[in-house]
Amino acid sequence: MLKKQECVAMLLAGGQGSRLYTLTEKTAKPAVRFGGKYRIIDFPLSNCVNSGIYTVGVLTQYQPLALNEYIGNGEPWDLDRADNGVRVLPPYQAKSGADWYKGTANAIYQNLGFINRYDPDYVLILSGDHIYKMDYAAMLEAHKEKGADCTIAVLEVPMEEASRFGIMNTDDELRITEFEEKPKQPKSNKASMGIYIFNKALLEQYLIDDEADPNSSKDFGKNIIPKMLADGRKMYAYAFSGYWKDVGTIQSLWEANMDLIGEQPEFDLRDRDWRIFSRNYSDPPQYIGEYAKVSNSLITEGCEIEGIVENSVLASGVKVARGAIIKDSIIMRNVTVGEGATINYSIIDGDTKIGAGSTIGHTKSSNGGIAVIGTELEIKPGSNIAGGEMVDAEWLAKNK
Amino acid sequence: MSASGIIFSNIHDNNIPELTRLRTVASVPFACRYRFIDFTLSNMVNSNIYNISVITHYNYQSLMDHIGSGKDWDLARRSGGIKILPPYITAYANNANSLYQTRLQALKSVNYSISRITDDYVVMSDCDVICNVDFNDIIAYHQKTDADMTIAVKTVDLTPETAKINTIFSSDEEGRVTDVLAYPTNFSGTADISLNIVVMKTKYLQQVVLDAIAHDYNSLTRDVIARNLDRMNYRVYKYEGYFACNSSFEEYYRNSMELLRDSAARDALFSVKNRPVYTKVRNSTPSYYSPTSTVKNSLIADGCVIEGTVENSIIFRGVKIGRNATVRNSIIMQDSIIGEGASLDCVITDKNAVITDKRRLSGADIQPYYISKGKKI
Repeated sequence: MLKKQECVAMLLAGGQGSRLYTLTEKTAKPAVRFGGKYRIIDFPLSNCVNSGIYTVGVLTQYQPLALNEYIGNGEPWDLDRADNGVRVLPPYQAKSGADWYKGTANAIYQNLGFINRYDPDYVLILSGDHIYKMDYAAMLEAHKEKGADCTIAVLEVPMEEASRFGIMNTDDELRITEFEEKPKQPKSNKASMGIYIFNKALLEQYLIDDEADPNSSKDFGKNIIPKMLADGRKMYAYAFSGYWKDVGTIQSLWEANMDLIGEQPEFDLRDRDWRIFSRNYSDPPQYIGEYAKVSNSLITEGCEIEGIVENSVLASGVKVARGAIIKDSIIMRNVTVGEGATINYSIIDGDTKIGAGSTIGHTKSSNGGIAVIGTELEIKPGSNIAGGEMVDAEWLAKNK
Repeated sequence: MSASGIIFSNIHDNNIPELTRLRTVASVPFACRYRFIDFTLSNMVNSNIYNISVITHYNYQSLMDHIGSGKDWDLARRSGGIKILPPYITAYANNANSLYQTRLQALKSVNYSISRITDDYVVMSDCDVICNVDFNDIIAYHQKTDADMTIAVKTVDLTPETAKINTIFSSDEEGRVTDVLAYPTNFSGTADISLNIVVMKTKYLQQVVLDAIAHDYNSLTRDVIARNLDRMNYRVYKYEGYFACNSSFEEYYRNSMELLRDSAARDALFSVKNRPVYTKVRNSTPSYYSPTSTVKNSLIADGCVIEGTVENSIIFRGVKIGRNATVRNSIIMQDSIIGEGASLDCVITDKNAVITDKRRLSGADIQPYYISKGKKI
């Protein structure tokens, strides 16, 4: 028998993240690299640990190799523990049949066995798509104080953007009275962050009932939440304030990276009170050469910079040759940038080689869009790739 | 073939008194994010040596903190892994319990652990020599020559000044040791100096230690090697690669600056394929270079915020360099803060030092100015 845990976190990490195009060609979205030495999943995992939640199930489905390898035994987040810690939960074959995860609710349903091993009172549902720092313990405290059946974290968004979100209408006590998915005429600006706390016993009942319903799409937002509301369950919103960014698109991923840069950045990674943990590599220190010019940028271990870097985020092991210029860009792990190459307003995924004298992307002010170069590619010297291009192996074969 | 490792963490503490006042020589910070022992440990792990004992003496708190469970070197293991052997003092304390001074005394004090080693060979190493070496090459040579003991040496030019802090080995054409001079006071010229890396058959080491206890021998060089030159098969292994011997404060500074001057030295230490250098993970953020910063020819660790000018310098993790500050030819250790408009030239600040705004400090390239741990100026 395992030790009882008050709260078990379930992190939905199976999403493909198709709007990140080539960046998620070989990895699931939560494993997409971020901020020089992080991956998106580091944020919810670090939040769990910083909130004192040490039992985390990570539900994987799409391209799980990089994610599995990255999570490993959970050691970087102090989640290598005797009884609990982090567990990767892929879909599995059972006596009664085998199934992919059909929806967010079904994914949790299939892992009720995992949850019940810890006999928890509460289940925290998270997603691996957002960059934020949040104290889940405070949310759980609010959940208990209200005697709620379900608590949903909400963020106040500008009213004109509210129609893009799932909107919670509440009374003055924050009790949820109505849930509207992407309403045309929003009545409130409290957007769901996709973070839920449920009383375990109740959640289990709803998941079992939902599974039996052939018309359900097995989704928390579409099925479980509306059903609980209709049944008059005590559902509360928990107001979160602070930085929160969905990094589901190329544009928002670029913006969120840029938000890390600065002396007082919008999102402060240097905050010692709420550290973000990540798996570290054994790279040597960064070397800034005689002819380098680095300005308003984040640079990581293993980088060797001989060129010019401005307003950019460089991950570990990036080599920038003399005369190369990188501006307003995100360069991921182990990319090499050849002599005299120019990279503007671009995202270059890991292990790609940019040949000497190439021109990638257009300047940010030209409104040409972000150029994206996929992982493990070789861009020939002197290539010219326009802003807004999404370059993968197929693209390169077509544009020889 | 299997090998165990023994690391002496305190031998040579006296050579760099500035940096070892509060730590072992093994835990002296080097090259932005490492401690001396990281190079020895990484060499061992990269040579498939996973059973390592670290012999300590005094001031070993920082070393224990650095090593932790050993997981950052893959040395947190069910069987083998890393083991710290602190000084052994019995309840029946008498003169015999005085702390060891030499390698052989240290080995005598951990005789029991040595008697339990089941690997075929033992690689012994100090921590003051920085290199990236495959110990399997030395062990292979040791096997080929059927040696009892093999000592890694490097051919260098010595002055009386540098000779007196080194052990010099003479050998014949086949590499067999013919003579050994420990810390000669009047020697100059080309010679093979010991890198303090020694390979022995485990059985022979166990025998040497028991013999030393029985005879009250105290020096590996004088009482074992010099006495048995004719009877035993002692060999030198001539190491050709990059090495940095930190036998004085000035040498420490010179070796650090060489990493900036010479990209080949940097590559020979850090960019050897399949031989990365491991260190304790500190989970630092990437370093931030502000629009007001100018950085040239410098090695910078993660977790820094740089707003001023840095040239020809080595900046450790978590350092902050304020606006209009200039740092030249200097080594700034972990979490130090250089205030706005401060100016440093040829300065070494230890960990957590604070240089207040507009302060000007300068040493000379042959004698850098040292600021001790946690000091505010």
